[in-house]
Amino acid sequence: MKVHLMYRDQDFDLQREPPLNEAALLQDLELDTLFGAMALGGKSLYDVARSAVLGSLQDIDAIRYRQEILKDCLTNATIVRELYQIAVATMDSKERRWLRIFGFSNSSAGILRNSVEMVQLFLDILRRLRRMADEHAGAFSSEGFTTFFAMIKQELDDDYLATVQRHLTELSFRDGVLISAALGTGNEGADYLLAKHKQNGQSWVQRVLTPGPTTYTFRIHPRDFPGARALSDLKERGLNLVANALAQSSDHINSFFGLLRTELAFYIGCLNLHDKLVQLGGSVAFPAPAPAGEREHSFTGLYDVCLALTMGQSVVGNDVAADDRDMVLITGANQGGKSTFLRSIGVAQLMMQAGMFVPAVSLRANLCTGLYTHYRRQEDATMNSGKLDEELGRMSDIVDAIGPDAMVLFNESFAATNEREGAEIAWQITHALLERRIKLFFVTHLYAFARGLYDRGMENIIFLRAERKDDGERTFRLIEGAPLATSHGVDLYQQVFGT
Amino acid sequence: MTFYDILFPAEAGVVALSSEAPACFADLNLDQVMDAITDGRQEYDLRPFFCTPLRDSETIRYRQAIARDLEDKALLACIKSFADQMRMARRYLALAKKLRFRHHREGWFLEAARVYCEAVTSLRHDLAPAALASDGLSAFREYLAAYVDSDQFTVLLGDTVKLKGDLAAIKYCMIIKDGTVKVRRYEGETDYSVEVSDTFAKFRQGAVKDYGTNFTTGSGMSHVGARILDCVARLHPDEFAALNHYCDAHSAFADETIRVFDRQVQFYVAYLEYIAGLKKAGLAFCYPQISCQRKQVHADDSFDLALAHQRVAEGTAVVSNSFFLTGPERVIVVSGPNQGGKTTFARMFGQLHYLASLGCPVPGSRARLYLFDRLLTHFEKEEDIRNLRGKLQDDLVRISAILERATPDSIIILNEIFASTTLEDAVFLSSRIMERIMQLDLLCVCVTFIDELASLSAKTVSMVSTVVPENPAERTFKIVRKPADGLAYAISIVEKHRLTFEQIKERIRA
Repeated sequence: MKVHLMYRDQDFDLQREPPLNEAALLQDLELDTLFGAMALGGKSLYDVARSAVLGSLQDIDAIRYRQEILKDCLTNATIVRELYQIAVATMDSKERRWLRIFGFSNSSAGILRNSVEMVQLFLDILRRLRRMADEHAGAFSSEGFTTFFAMIKQELDDDYLATVQRHLTELSFRDGVLISAALGTGNEGADYLLAKHKQNGQSWVQRVLTPGPTTYTFRIHPRDFPGARALSDLKERGLNLVANALAQSSDHINSFFGLLRTELAFYIGCLNLHDKLVQLGGSVAFPAPAPAGEREHSFTGLYDVCLALTMGQSVVGNDVAADDRDMVLITGANQGGKSTFLRSIGVAQLMMQAGMFVPAVSLRANLCTGLYTHYRRQEDATMNSGKLDEELGRMSDIVDAIGPDAMVLFNESFAATNEREGAEIAWQITHALLERRIKLFFVTHLYAFARGLYDRGMENIIFLRAERKDDGERTFRLIEGAPLATSHGVDLYQQVFGT
Repeated sequence: MTFYDILFPAEAGVVALSSEAPACFADLNLDQVMDAITDGRQEYDLRPFFCTPLRDSETIRYRQAIARDLEDKALLACIKSFADQMRMARRYLALAKKLRFRHHREGWFLEAARVYCEAVTSLRHDLAPAALASDGLSAFREYLAAYVDSDQFTVLLGDTVKLKGDLAAIKYCMIIKDGTVKVRRYEGETDYSVEVSDTFAKFRQGAVKDYGTNFTTGSGMSHVGARILDCVARLHPDEFAALNHYCDAHSAFADETIRVFDRQVQFYVAYLEYIAGLKKAGLAFCYPQISCQRKQVHADDSFDLALAHQRVAEGTAVVSNSFFLTGPERVIVVSGPNQGGKTTFARMFGQLHYLASLGCPVPGSRARLYLFDRLLTHFEKEEDIRNLRGKLQDDLVRISAILERATPDSIIILNEIFASTTLEDAVFLSSRIMERIMQLDLLCVCVTFIDELASLSAKTVSMVSTVVPENPAERTFKIVRKPADGLAYAISIVEKHRLTFEQIKERIRA
């Protein structure tokens, strides 16, 4: 039985190896804010959100599969949340019980007895799941949910539920235990198995009592405690396999619920985020992904979701048409929204490739094979040579990991040395990356670098500038325009000091 | 060619083995090496083999050829699997001796013999196609083949297989209810756990915890188990009578020569296994040419075995070093910055010669080494400032004892002698000692801070520990052949700051 609400043909793996650039992405894009809004304080919701958002899909079809399911969730939010609650409650009661059971007992007989109890509990929940499928399947139209409910109805039919109940009853052994064995090494008993009787009808105890083959019987003395221990040890060996089989079955059912909980958690997170953004008056849209090999990046009203969440209000969005461009170079005033813009690009890319809606009025962009951020770090400002060394070290890590059609967001990179050297380094690096078909967003103060690119007249680069009105006021919007020689630190100074 | 022994060819005669580690072991860190090699192999008592250096180059070549054969991974693997089985057979036999219940005891005796038969026949089978170049292994292979084909072994094997098959075919059922046990023949009952697993198969997602208990076997049998076994024996009287007869007929089944081989071959297995990790890390090992005449020794890309083992385990790089002596050169004088690998180099030189004398492959890509009569070492112990005079005296006593024992065939390794006395004393004492060493014309490595020693005569060669030119604080751990020059280290620091005479002239333009 498969859940398959995250992928059409595979389970969602929460334990996947995190990408090497995960720490940088978290820090540079302030993703914790996003995950926090999705999780609303729930640890497992947080983990799933984080894993899903960072585990970018590479396939348009897979993205659409999730988008459809998410649309179903937005329409049937109450039912989806109830389904999630069933999975959560199952796991919780299982954990309480498991602790009680396996905290004390590790004998086969104990494991078997407790597994019977455990599976009985699961059986009741499976019945409930069946009823939900019977009642609500019709309200869902996505491929993922339709398949899921059909599977529940088919796999958990009445016959099956009855078979499970019968096994649970048989495994309580009211009439003693029949064990088959063989002679192993050293003539010690081996291959102990709980035997299933060949014939139906007559119980094996009845059969044993009827005269038949030679049987040798002995009885241990009631006060022979070592003998009693030896006997229970034998029984242990006989029950070992069946206890293991039932305990594992119980784990399997449990992991089914675990998977259901995990996969639904992603959509619950999306519902939470959606509610919040709508409440703040922000727009959301399902993006149109394009193949990684193409160059599309056009959007209207794209805003930084993390900034909106932090400020608790809707924020200024940007409109950009950068189709057929390999590089977006952003220059302009300090505090003019450049970093916010860069972050909105990165977050929207991750959300799109997770199958989510994006914080924009509309967005169309090509997929990337990997998203990397290279931000100037503020710490250790005293040791400039060490800092450039550190920056280039991180750049080298990115180069180790990156491939064609990936995307890199640079923020004030290579500014830890003088402008001429920084510009040369930046040019060398970006030029090489562009040659390798890597898409770049580059926020920079290195005028020599920006101007150099502009003067080369490269058509695959679009130049954006933080908008500044004639009176010096910033709009926090970006407009297309050539790099200007000075930043606007003077303005900022005046604004802060009011001179 | 008759097989005698896998460590000594027949011609070598009886060699007295020493079970005491030679005095040089601690100084050369060979004690660490031997401990690591013999670890987990205590039952073979391999130490005497590692504590007895050979004086006979024929025996060394006999061993080198065997070790070379065993470097074949497939061959080594079948020797190891043979050893595992022999070990198991010994364990079962020891167990059988301790058991109380007859059917149980006889069962384990049969098991021991069965594993022994398997060990011997598999080894014969595995060795048959092997391309063996060594006399030792070839002779053993012939011996083994003859043994396996002998009547004695054929009968043992036949009896064992038949009896084991008959007993293993026995199955039975028991019904346990409260304190009563009924035992009867098995009648085709099936495993209930399969049905349970099948029922829940649809939920299977991935691997889950194993709740099964791994019950120990061979841990003995309770009286209840013995009574059940008695019942089973009554249900199958013929098989159990045959078992009883078998134990009488084959009471001493193991062959002595094979038992000795099993122990001695571990000398090679243990050493090769120890160096396998180092080879995997890219370090070279070679079979040195051995001579008891030529003192023009050399080794390329060699290293300290104990240190390399430690560094590879830590995942850090191992620096290799080379040396050679030509013509009249006998003494390597090592000087240069501290912590630069000088002591390690000295140890390496000693280890190489010792390991070569055991017939083992040695660290390095190529080597020609000298077959010594004694390997004598003097390494300065931890400094004890409070008692300098006593220490100097103690040093001299020890060194004079070394010189007394030394012959022209010996190797002496001196590490930082007289480091804690005055320079004048040290120069004087060291020079005197070096003169005596050069008179003996023996091979020597001398680590010292006294540059003068490096150029005492044509017999001395100077080697120096080196630093990275751009950053003199960083050691390369390379020891290279060049004149001792205390200033080289200081000059490289000056160069880093561009303050040499030439540089200053260039920077300050006229």
